[in-house]
Amino acid sequence: MSGDGNRRDFLYVATGAAGAVATGAAVWPLVDQMNPSRDVLALASIEVPVGDIEPGSQITVKWRGKPVFIRRRTEDEIAESRNVALAELPDQSARNANEPDADAEDTNRSIDPDGEWLVMMGVCTHLGCVPLSDAGDFGGWFCPCHGSHYDLSGRIRRGPAPENLPVPTASFVGDDVIKLG
Amino acid sequence: MAGIPHEHYEPKTGIEKWLHRRLPIVAIAYDTLMIPTPKNLNWMWIWGIILTVCLVLQIVTGIVLVMHYTPHVDHAFASVEHIMRDVNGGWLLRYAHQNGAMLFFAAVYLHIFRGLYYGSYKEPREVTWIIGILIYLAMMATAFMGYVLPWGQMSFWGATVITNLFSALPFIGEPLVEWLWGGFAVDNALLNRFFSLHYLLPFVILGLVVVHIWAFHTTGNNNPTGVEVRRDSIEIAKKDTVPFWPYYVIKDLFALAVILALFVIIVFFMPNFLGHPDNYIEANALATPAHIVPEWYFLPFYAILRAITFDILFIDSKLGGVLAMFGAIVVMALVPWLDTSRVRSGRYRPQFKWWFWIFVANFFVLMWCGSQPAEGLVPTISLLGTIYWFGYFLVILPLLGLTEKPLPRPATIEDDFDEHYPVDGGGATASSSGGRMPPSTVATPAE
Repeated sequence: MSGDGNRRDFLYVATGAAGAVATGAAVWPLVDQMNPSRDVLALASIEVPVGDIEPGSQITVKWRGKPVFIRRRTEDEIAESRNVALAELPDQSARNANEPDADAEDTNRSIDPDGEWLVMMGVCTHLGCVPLSDAGDFGGWFCPCHGSHYDLSGRIRRGPAPENLPVPTASFVGDDVIKLG
Repeated sequence: MAGIPHEHYEPKTGIEKWLHRRLPIVAIAYDTLMIPTPKNLNWMWIWGIILTVCLVLQIVTGIVLVMHYTPHVDHAFASVEHIMRDVNGGWLLRYAHQNGAMLFFAAVYLHIFRGLYYGSYKEPREVTWIIGILIYLAMMATAFMGYVLPWGQMSFWGATVITNLFSALPFIGEPLVEWLWGGFAVDNALLNRFFSLHYLLPFVILGLVVVHIWAFHTTGNNNPTGVEVRRDSIEIAKKDTVPFWPYYVIKDLFALAVILALFVIIVFFMPNFLGHPDNYIEANALATPAHIVPEWYFLPFYAILRAITFDILFIDSKLGGVLAMFGAIVVMALVPWLDTSRVRSGRYRPQFKWWFWIFVANFFVLMWCGSQPAEGLVPTISLLGTIYWFGYFLVILPLLGLTEKPLPRPATIEDDFDEHYPVDGGGATASSSGGRMPPSTVATPAE
């Protein structure tokens, strides 16, 4: 009887579909447990006093398990960085969380308009090593792992890294305090 | 079991018959151990047993090390030092485990090169080969995760570099890496899950090994001639084979004794010779070591990863390096279908031999490149080595099979065996096969 056949087909498909949904629902917690847990997510922001940093020097702080470079640049360093033509840069994006969609001009990289304060993740965009400061062919940072050179604006200039060092969400919350995150 | 005809287990006593009707476990063990094995296998056929011993060594030493290790970022490094200094014999267990991993890889590379030279991957052994590649991949994952557990500088930065490889994938890369890390950097969550998986994967390998053995027990072993065992009858098959027990078991045990002697020398007198001193510095997320290198057994693939320093069309250099590294193993997995030669063994392929030995030399050149900082000539040599690796599988093997004129092959394994070990006294058949006597000793009057 064709009527019986149809009813049986429906039961097969319905059972199969229910089984697939149940399997997916059972597997998802096993996958999701590997995502960042709540205590990890809770360490979202920190405040860093920066009053003691002399021009031309930098500090490294740990934020979300990763190093963040905070550099107070000298007049010369700012001028040198602003003299670079956009066409010379491998990565054209500012990679600045505070200024999405901006281009890689030096003015879009610092967190203050004068360009004195450079705040960046100290994590090479190639494979995640910590670049060394005041090193490399462009006077900025050099990654010892696979030889990426960054300039004084933290922009990739040569080597395997694909992107500029990213600027995290950061702002001044007082004269001498920078808030990360 | 299909394959070479041989005498099967027959239960004789009452208890044997009782058990056999309910669970034929003795029959499986008997047929596995008594499997007819080509009687002309050379010393390159010992690595399978060595690898099995390595797996057992790693599981046994690993299980006892876990009794003293703490998988937490604040305690992992100290607990390894605790094993080294305080636990009774802990230094021996850890050094055996650490160097055992190296012996495991040395043996697996020799085993793979054996297969590549004698065409062990060719029809009908493709499935054995593919499972072997899966075992190798599982070994790499296990070794990598195990290296992270001591939480030294090289552990931490190796984990950082390798997990960051996945960020090269378009769109899903960043979320995937955060999922792998369980956070925003390599940290406690990653250490814990690596520990869990490092404990799990060896048992996955064990399962794959059983299937690997099952596959080649179905097809029969390859042998140095690549000529198949004759299967017309049990009597004819016996002219080409000897049972695995006792002949090859004894031979393999001798090889094992020699290799374990070398292993013990390394464990006792130079246990850190092949390790990296930076891994005796505790992990520090704020300082990258001057030069990150993986363990020696990963260096050729690390060199391939670093060889791609330029963009290829829409693929940037970072993704390109990752694809090249994984692709190097994928092309090796596909070799049963890339090698077009109908002659199985490299022994009868005069041109193939050259390309093969260049391939082996290239492997060591890449290994050296991977150990060096990526500067000067190293990236160029790495790139040339990478091109040869892919060229060997994708160009040379497919073309060589069509153009090469192979040498004549022996008609049977028995012919090959008798040529190497002539039977004196006339009329004797396979009576001298067990002893493997050199011709001069066989020349004494026969019984």
